Amino acid sequence: MTLTTEKQPRFHRDSKQLEMLRSMQTIRRFEERASDDYQAGAIYGVVHCYIGEEAVAVGVCAALNRDDQIISTHRGHGHCLAKGADLNRMMAELYGRQTGYCKGKGGSMHIADFSIGMLGANGIVAGGIPIVTGAGLAAQLEGKGRVAVSFFGDGASNAGPFHESINIAATWKLPMLYVCENNLYSAGTIAADTLALSDVAARAAGYGIPGVVVDGNDVMAVYEAAEAAVSRARAGQGPTLIECKTYRWRGHTERPGQEDPRPKEEIEEWRQRDPINRFATNLIDQGLLTEDAWQKMDAEILAAIEDAVKFSEESPFPEPEAAVEDIFAD
Amino acid sequence: MPKISYAQAGTDALIEEMQQDATTFHLATSASDELVKEFGSDRVRATPIAEGAFTGIAIGAAGSGYRPIINWGMITFSFVAMDQIVNQAAKIHYMFGGQAKFPITFRASVGGGRRVAAQHSQSPYSMFMNLAGLKMILPSTPYDMKGLLKSAIRDDNPVISFESNRLMGVEGEVPEEDYTVPLGVADIKREGSDVTLVALAWLVHEGLAAAEILEKAGVSVEVIDPRSLVPMDEAAIRASVQKTGRLVIADEAGPTAGASAEIITVVTEDRETFAKLKTPPKRVCALHVPIPYSPGLEDHVFPDRDNIVAGIREVLDAG
Repeated sequence: MTLTTEKQPRFHRDSKQLEMLRSMQTIRRFEERASDDYQAGAIYGVVHCYIGEEAVAVGVCAALNRDDQIISTHRGHGHCLAKGADLNRMMAELYGRQTGYCKGKGGSMHIADFSIGMLGANGIVAGGIPIVTGAGLAAQLEGKGRVAVSFFGDGASNAGPFHESINIAATWKLPMLYVCENNLYSAGTIAADTLALSDVAARAAGYGIPGVVVDGNDVMAVYEAAEAAVSRARAGQGPTLIECKTYRWRGHTERPGQEDPRPKEEIEEWRQRDPINRFATNLIDQGLLTEDAWQKMDAEILAAIEDAVKFSEESPFPEPEAAVEDIFAD
Repeated sequence: MPKISYAQAGTDALIEEMQQDATTFHLATSASDELVKEFGSDRVRATPIAEGAFTGIAIGAAGSGYRPIINWGMITFSFVAMDQIVNQAAKIHYMFGGQAKFPITFRASVGGGRRVAAQHSQSPYSMFMNLAGLKMILPSTPYDMKGLLKSAIRDDNPVISFESNRLMGVEGEVPEEDYTVPLGVADIKREGSDVTLVALAWLVHEGLAAAEILEKAGVSVEVIDPRSLVPMDEAAIRASVQKTGRLVIADEAGPTAGASAEIITVVTEDRETFAKLKTPPKRVCALHVPIPYSPGLEDHVFPDRDNIVAGIREVLDAG
């Protein structure tokens, strides 16, 4: 971890790091609970967990302002929470309740909160990339220095919308970050079998923009790369492609019995590089956090998630007739 | 009232709306000098020929407070952007519980008759009508073009403007003052009492010509132009059929699961209107084929005034 490049007063940076740790642990605990409740039948359809990749969403979103915009993928809980989404409304959406972010119309794969610049999780691989590029165009037209961030996976980087959108953003110098979460697998397929290059970031050269490879399990490395890209974007110098090498600990989805091509040893090896444990240990070593404080923080997070579950359980399901509402804006 | 062309009416609507609303901007694969000169290169942009990307860009900008106007060129090019149209634009407002508005206008030319074969000739309205979440207009005159397109641009939802390529040069009277034609309001282009002809786009004109021919034979044809397909003015269509007791539909698209099939259903599913029908409805549509190139082949595929006359006679002969 690098702490020599700090531009902020020391105490700001210290408290920011503690908030980043809290955010990462919130994502993990939220998803552990979501997975349990999915297995128990309280959450429907499909749930994709982000566990193991928390440093990417948190590192990038820590470099953003509230009015900066992001778009996410089918594996979207982490991005939502890192951008500041409300735990209660998120969990209620997973529970299919009226009080959820989408009033029960979206579920796990379609959580959005436009009030915090979260333009939605998107169930189509690469589908969100052009849309958030449009948010980047809006930010440029507005001229107030806002930026927009596209989160996507290694799989999406092989699809047309990735290439078409980056070409446009580079040509128009849109204030964009394209953040590839390379977790080495495109659903059940080994990413290296579908990608001729070892680094997705190398594709940036084809569009004349910077491409950066970052250790996606090192939250401060991600943060610093994002901060540099955000500064560049706010200064009107255009987009950056950041590739975060990371790994998901769990299967493509939480559905039981699905095939997983990944060797057990590989999964275990990446668990040893746990981005949360690594960051917490580092903060303890620096004297910014004690074991007790870390356990207290975790207990607070678990309590907040328990509250979110209670909120969801107590919330009503939408009236069936609401299925025909919201097709059009009035 | 000055006379202008159908194409000019569209351009005038675009310019006037862009003058009135600073959140509008225009994306297409080319940027006209006229538009760039008036609005600058920030608000009038030539995109790469990447329909999927610039369609998605419109969605994201719309969700961020802007009111994009997109020109796909020909409707067949929009098929390249199907994920963005079908999975994103149509669903995004609903899927997110209505928390944001997506005011987008998508313009595209439709129809045949230009000898440009299958990949540049199509009227695929019903492909889009089958989706929930998109509105669509189909003007047949310069007056309707300008008024409907203004309504589309001001609407807070994605609206597709299907613009008939056969009508681009057709002139008609258009007021100089600001006006709109609301979505979902049909227009009776000609009143009549013996048969209702619901005609779409170019076939409104062929239908009016057919009505002239039939008038000489003592047949009174009411010609209705729905003008917008979503929302559809069901009440106007039913009221006309209740009056005449007969229904013919003329559409440049093929018949299968088409707008024409939907219009028949609007009539036959309504008990009161169904009870007034004297004969089964009749469709006069294009043949169900990709559009061919050679003039004799292409002309054989599309219906014209003669086919409409024949269709109406068939209905009248039936009772």
